[in-house]
Amino acid sequence: MKKVLAILLIVCMSAMLLAGCGGKNAGGGDTIKIGVFEPSSGDNGAGGKQEVLGIQFAHSQVNTVEIGGKTYKIELQIVDNESSTDKAPSAAQTLVSGGCNLVLGSYGSGVSIAASDVFGKAGIPVIGISCTNPQVTLGNEHYFRICYLDPFQGTVLANYAVDEYSAKTAYILTKLGDDYSVGLGNYFKEAFESLGGTVVEETFPPDNSDFTAYLTNAVKANADVIFAPTSTEAASLIIEQAHAQGITMPLLAGDTWDSSVILDAAKGSDLTIAVSTFFDEGDESAAGSKFVKDFKAWLNANPDKKANNGGNDIVAAVSALGYDAYMLAIEAIKAAGSADSAAILKALPGTTYTGVTGDIAFDANGDAIRNVAFIKSVNTADGAWQFEAIQSVK
Amino acid sequence: MDKLQKRKKLIITAAALAALFIILWVLEQILPANAMLFVVLKKGAIYALVAVSMNLLNGFTGLFSLGQAGFMLIGAYTYAIFTIPLEYHDSVYQYFNGGIIKFTVPVFAALIMAGAAAAIFAYLIGLPVLRLKSDYLAIATLGFAEIIRAFFQWDALGPVTNGSNLLRQYPSFTSVLFPFAVAGVCILLIVLLINSSYGRAFKAIRDDEIAAEAMGINLAKHKQLSFTISSFFAGVGGALLAMYQTTVQANAFKSAMTYEILLIVVIGGLGSVSGSVLSSFLFIAASEWWLRFLDADTYIGAFKVPLLASGFRKVVFSVIIMIVVLFYRNGIMGDKELSAETFGGIRRFLRKRLGRRKEEVTK
Amino acid sequence: MEFISSNLQYILTGISVGGQYALIAIGYTMVYGILRLINFAHGDIFMAAGFMMVYLSATLPMYIALPLVVLITVLLGFVVERVAYKPLRNAPRMSIMISAIGVSYFLQNLAWYVTSGLAKQYPAIPWISDSISIGPATTKIVTVITPLLTIVLVTALVLLIKHTKIGMAMRAVSRDFETSQCMGIKINFVISITFIIGSFLAAVGSLLYFSNYPTVTPISGAMPGLKAFVAAVFGGIGSIPGAVVGAFIIGICENIIKGLGWTTFSDAFTFALLIIILVAKPTGLFGEKMTDKV
Repeated sequence: MKKVLAILLIVCMSAMLLAGCGGKNAGGGDTIKIGVFEPSSGDNGAGGKQEVLGIQFAHSQVNTVEIGGKTYKIELQIVDNESSTDKAPSAAQTLVSGGCNLVLGSYGSGVSIAASDVFGKAGIPVIGISCTNPQVTLGNEHYFRICYLDPFQGTVLANYAVDEYSAKTAYILTKLGDDYSVGLGNYFKEAFESLGGTVVEETFPPDNSDFTAYLTNAVKANADVIFAPTSTEAASLIIEQAHAQGITMPLLAGDTWDSSVILDAAKGSDLTIAVSTFFDEGDESAAGSKFVKDFKAWLNANPDKKANNGGNDIVAAVSALGYDAYMLAIEAIKAAGSADSAAILKALPGTTYTGVTGDIAFDANGDAIRNVAFIKSVNTADGAWQFEAIQSVK
Repeated sequence: MDKLQKRKKLIITAAALAALFIILWVLEQILPANAMLFVVLKKGAIYALVAVSMNLLNGFTGLFSLGQAGFMLIGAYTYAIFTIPLEYHDSVYQYFNGGIIKFTVPVFAALIMAGAAAAIFAYLIGLPVLRLKSDYLAIATLGFAEIIRAFFQWDALGPVTNGSNLLRQYPSFTSVLFPFAVAGVCILLIVLLINSSYGRAFKAIRDDEIAAEAMGINLAKHKQLSFTISSFFAGVGGALLAMYQTTVQANAFKSAMTYEILLIVVIGGLGSVSGSVLSSFLFIAASEWWLRFLDADTYIGAFKVPLLASGFRKVVFSVIIMIVVLFYRNGIMGDKELSAETFGGIRRFLRKRLGRRKEEVTK
Repeated sequence: MEFISSNLQYILTGISVGGQYALIAIGYTMVYGILRLINFAHGDIFMAAGFMMVYLSATLPMYIALPLVVLITVLLGFVVERVAYKPLRNAPRMSIMISAIGVSYFLQNLAWYVTSGLAKQYPAIPWISDSISIGPATTKIVTVITPLLTIVLVTALVLLIKHTKIGMAMRAVSRDFETSQCMGIKINFVISITFIIGSFLAAVGSLLYFSNYPTVTPISGAMPGLKAFVAAVFGGIGSIPGAVVGAFIIGICENIIKGLGWTTFSDAFTFALLIIILVAKPTGLFGEKMTDKV
């Protein structure tokens, strides 16, 4: 009987295989499919969701594009890459199989690097949103990106640490196996050392939740500043434990920490926390302030979207970037004059766009040419961001 | 079984395999290259190899080892390190000045090196730990897998392993025939081993160590042999997985991966090679493909189907696994093998059923 | 003295983590002692207790939420045993272990689904989450309480096992499953009690652990669970004092390793320690020597 059931299972399997062969094909017809390759769970889930919100908001504003007199509807296909480099290729494969013409993403460099070849082989262009590691675009014809890069960000932060805190010794804490974290730590170290400082470097294993030993190490090393470019998940633990241990030196981090998770964790403590980011909510440019106003209204009108934003209407920099990435994609499709991946890929390098985060134009590598970063700090009394400076590198 | 029948069986098996490859080839010609089917077939073939190698250890030799992910990791890294083309070294090893390995080897040589590296490690690890019994062995091998993972992420080894950063840009495969061919040859070798006198000794050890020893089987030698060979194929499987993923990072080879493979082995049936193969494909297809629809919000008209949301797929999947585990405690194949006879059996069974129904109708 | 004062922070953290591992490890060791089962799901029950606290404390006052969390966790442990392990009592040992892996998989995926894979902030429990200074080190009160509470609970447990009827039944069952069944011991009852005690301690451990490290994720039970299991094996699985000693040793060593700057290897070291012990003493520190029955 068991044997028969086993055989039936096989029969079912082959039947399903055949059924699956009917295969879906590309967006086709008069829709263009834009894939959204973002984490909505795992370490970077909170940030990835905010990035998706920016894209969805942009999609709610512009959901058709006109090519050669014909109106195409734009459809989003969103997959979750689970912030994990081993899940990323199969998530990317889902987008490729789904027939996406163009892909946006991701938050976090590791998953972008891991999935890059899947898109590359399928000839699908990708616009990276907040993946800051140089490896994402380096040597990849099909990968573009609209944010600044880690060598730049690391230098900016090192400069800030020296200028603002007159730091001589920095304690760098990065996460093992995370390209973003290790990479940014490395660039910060290079820049900080070239400014005459010394660094103490340590890594923590994934799934680690005890940071007290690391913080003690930082204190023992007489560090003037702690640089911890980590995911928000680790960040909230670091902040909590730094608070419990009465750490006095400032905590410095990269773009990932620009999240309301950090505000929640730091509220009521007496820590000094500063981050570099892509966009500031208090932006006074016309495009920026309009985006902030409309985006907040949109969040407040959609309770489930607001929940994805962490239950508040603070505008994250990655939402603004997500918005820009989507709008840029529309520009590229228009420039290509076709929904075809190959045509879009050809049109992308020449596409320029003035977005809410500034002017976007690509260099030979496919990276956006950016030379300023915003520095924000946490106002721990009322749990809000406070604008510090616009920092650039000489 | 007389010789003639044996030969007939052999011919049928060979023909079935040939037919399988032809079907795959035809499918590749007629379907779009990025169909989900191929994803499942590729990953399924790789997992089948790893599952069979684990089955050799757990199901045929009775050694409860949980080190599979560690050996896969060694295989994957060995393959990647020795095949990354030199022109990409600077960009891959960007933090380590292009790495210190300044040569590459051909893909097939690298696959064998991957297996060999895993086997050497296994041999060394086996010396102390194979003396341990059942659960102690399991936890010790699990521990070794974790230690290996930490070593591969160690910064000091960065010029070789690229530290905790991804390895990529190494040659990979596009056709589904490649993993099928490599995994197929490896599984065939394992089957030959199982049917040899060594294989009979393994089974004797599994059934009763003390009796086996009394019959003159050298326990230490055979356990060591089984452990090393199993790890060799796990290493090859790891290399194939690296090729499939196009990037490799030590972090992915956690104990969760070993548990996953153990699940496949037990669901397929401990001590059944075809069971392991079958359940690998089922497992991968269910987890990657068939249940995907459960993850997306679905509307029927204006009605939003409740419960469906990201992650629901996995909940359903784990419930299915629990059901299989609770109600098919020997796995789908038990310790039987799928063969021409099974198909003969099902044909007879169906004929009997249908025949009976016909009789009822004519009555 | 100099060494202690400069390393006080590591040692304090180590003792505290060790106590939390100990509370989880007891669940592993007791179940193993009786069923010869590595209960892979135990770490996830610990994680589930963490999430229950997150959700319950959001709606209920703390003095209700706390006992309720402990109660539901105990119930969860009981139900898991009844649903996933009891039907397999006569099945091969591998099946029941796979069932444990299945339960672990299920609990993690369920937690993932419910929380959509995002980390949740653990609520601050009044008083024990406050900071306190001990000499040069600053830490939370929970760090100090943990070892004390652990010792109290373990002593109570040892007394229970030594001096009550149910404790005697447990010892009998772990010595010889079949014979004790013939002697009229209600085996299912004993097993349920084992799981209830294990889950109770895991719930307490979870309260202490997450007060210290206030972020709960679906996989936050995996590492503490694995480490606690290692501690149980280290101390000799089946032995309660062994598990506690093992847990403290592992907790302290792990933190000293981090303090020495070998952070990459802090997890690996735990396993290396385990393997060394196993090779030297195959049944752990306090384990009884097993003889093969022919």
